[in-house]
Amino acid sequence: MPSEASTGPGRTLAEKVWDAHVVRRADGEPDLLYIDLHLVHEVTSPQAFEALRLAGRPVRRPDLTIATEDHNVPTTDTLLPIADPVSRAQVEALRKNTADFGVRLHPMNDPEQGIVHVVGPQLGLTQPGMTVVCGDSHTATHGAFGALAFGIGTSQVEHVLATQTLPQGRPKTMAITVGGALPDGVSAKDLILAIIAEIGTGGGQGYVLEYRGEAVRALSMEGRMTVCNMSIEAGARAGMIAPDETTFAFLKGRPHAPKGADWDAAVAYWRTLATDEDAAFDREVIIDAAALTPFVTWGTNPGQGSPLGADVPDPASFADPGARAAAERALTYMGLTAGTPLREIAVDTVFIGSCTNGRLSDLRTAADILRGRRVADGVRVLVVPGSMRVKADAEAEGLDDVFRAAGAEWRSAGCSMCLGMNPDTLKPGERSASTSNRNFEGRQGQGGRTHLVSPEVAAATAVTGRLSAPTDL
Amino acid sequence: MEAFTTHTGRALPLRRSDVDTDQIIPSDWLKRIERTGFGAGLFAEWRSDPSFVLNQAAYDGATILLAGPNFGSGSSREHAVWALQDYGFRAVIAPKFADIFRGNSLGNGLLTVVLPVETVDALLAAVEADPATEITVDLGAREVRGGGVLAPFELDDFTRWRLLEGLDDVGLTLRHADAITSFEQTRPAWLPTTTPG
Repeated sequence: MPSEASTGPGRTLAEKVWDAHVVRRADGEPDLLYIDLHLVHEVTSPQAFEALRLAGRPVRRPDLTIATEDHNVPTTDTLLPIADPVSRAQVEALRKNTADFGVRLHPMNDPEQGIVHVVGPQLGLTQPGMTVVCGDSHTATHGAFGALAFGIGTSQVEHVLATQTLPQGRPKTMAITVGGALPDGVSAKDLILAIIAEIGTGGGQGYVLEYRGEAVRALSMEGRMTVCNMSIEAGARAGMIAPDETTFAFLKGRPHAPKGADWDAAVAYWRTLATDEDAAFDREVIIDAAALTPFVTWGTNPGQGSPLGADVPDPASFADPGARAAAERALTYMGLTAGTPLREIAVDTVFIGSCTNGRLSDLRTAADILRGRRVADGVRVLVVPGSMRVKADAEAEGLDDVFRAAGAEWRSAGCSMCLGMNPDTLKPGERSASTSNRNFEGRQGQGGRTHLVSPEVAAATAVTGRLSAPTDL
Repeated sequence: MEAFTTHTGRALPLRRSDVDTDQIIPSDWLKRIERTGFGAGLFAEWRSDPSFVLNQAAYDGATILLAGPNFGSGSSREHAVWALQDYGFRAVIAPKFADIFRGNSLGNGLLTVVLPVETVDALLAAVEADPATEITVDLGAREVRGGGVLAPFELDDFTRWRLLEGLDDVGLTLRHADAITSFEQTRPAWLPTTTPG
């Protein structure tokens, strides 16, 4: 519902983007927002297309809609039919739906196929000031460009397909200001894990987060995407970063970026989007980048994390009874004992990939650590590029050879072991260090145990077989 | 959408916080392309434990779910709402819901009711003491009654009206098709399209 969000005379980045997309505003009703880009994948769309079919409605703007196959796709033997008949049927449904409704699709083996949140930015479709939605909670990734991007359910997918709009209550705004500089070896992933641990898994509910400050400005676009990607893990549907020269340099020349005079007009507009100096946020959180270290999770939600140098916490140390009970449950599920140094936790699987950390820079970081080293005995390492474009670019640099020489498996693009809808899963009791975004019970396979880590920690852990940072090598 | 006016039923006490949608319906179930039949997958992994509350005969037929804070966190999967409804739940009462889950539930006629922690605790205690306790969720009056509790809850007028009438959002929005068309004419020409260039 519309609420008195900001009280300052100026407006925040989120408010500017919001206000520029209001199709209709009426007292006592949610605003009707126009959607500039709708990303579609096979899992959350079939029931939406079916509903359109039943109602005899077309897709209003197929030219603002793009689909890719990502959640179910196998990452090996991609030229064969998908072995799991249920997964295959879902992918085939997307192919039929996109063909019937005239929506562009990048299917398996297409050079632009990949995880939906890697594909949009890579094509230059995600631009500052836009509204972007997808039936996927990690849509916040696109907020790294200064877009207002959020995940939606299947009924809302249907709504956007039919109307190119969404009724939405105006969110509150929260500034997360990260001052100082991240120390060497501390990455965007460590930063967002530390932010989630600070504000909690529900701390961002009802808010759009804006990540600001010196340390955020210093991040690459890839790092900014990693940070925004996990906003939902703090309960926020969207996280944003104001566009700047880093953003413009990333976009320039991409296939769908504006060109010529359009580019100049777009950049001029994008420069107006940053939060006004006199704007007020509903809440502000301050983080000191210089105090951060590599960060890993020990529990079963992304807020249950600690610096790598810490021990598994004692549930009794949590004052809140709910948090204490949750920690007890988590330690039982994870098979961990309070007081164990996190660095002593042995893993049998390392997963490098996902919409959080499956971009080229992530793979370069991991390869730099694995170059000339070997994966520890008994550890399985999966490296899954976020898109086929990332895969091709990585291969052009020889990163695939580095991973293979170290004893890791080099795969094709997809969501893969982030959620195990394809054959890449943990077996019951197996433990992973994973660059993905969720450590929920059974997330990577029934009974599997997940520690969320950065690409740096994932690669170092692959070498030692225990949760490690590159400085431990 | 199925209309929701008032509902009286027995409740299932799920004393857990941060129940994420991966627990409500595991990802294996998301491969289905239908909208029905998800009840069998509700809390699938937890149900393999015979002591899990959903397996206790005393709570068979419960239609209201009582849960801890931050219910429905994580994935945007609407399948979580479909699973709860397909299993027979009409309402969920918790101190706090994740935003996307809340939107999905209210869009499908599954009423999510936010009550203070102490009130939810009182309801949990009442239902644990006597599983036959009946609870009424009255959307018209915006209150929850039963188990020794009489508690008002907040829900904005617009959402309440939509639920009471069982109105579908797409139908409501299409009444404003002209406004959408007018807005489209004001969009800058340099905004991208997905048309291959």
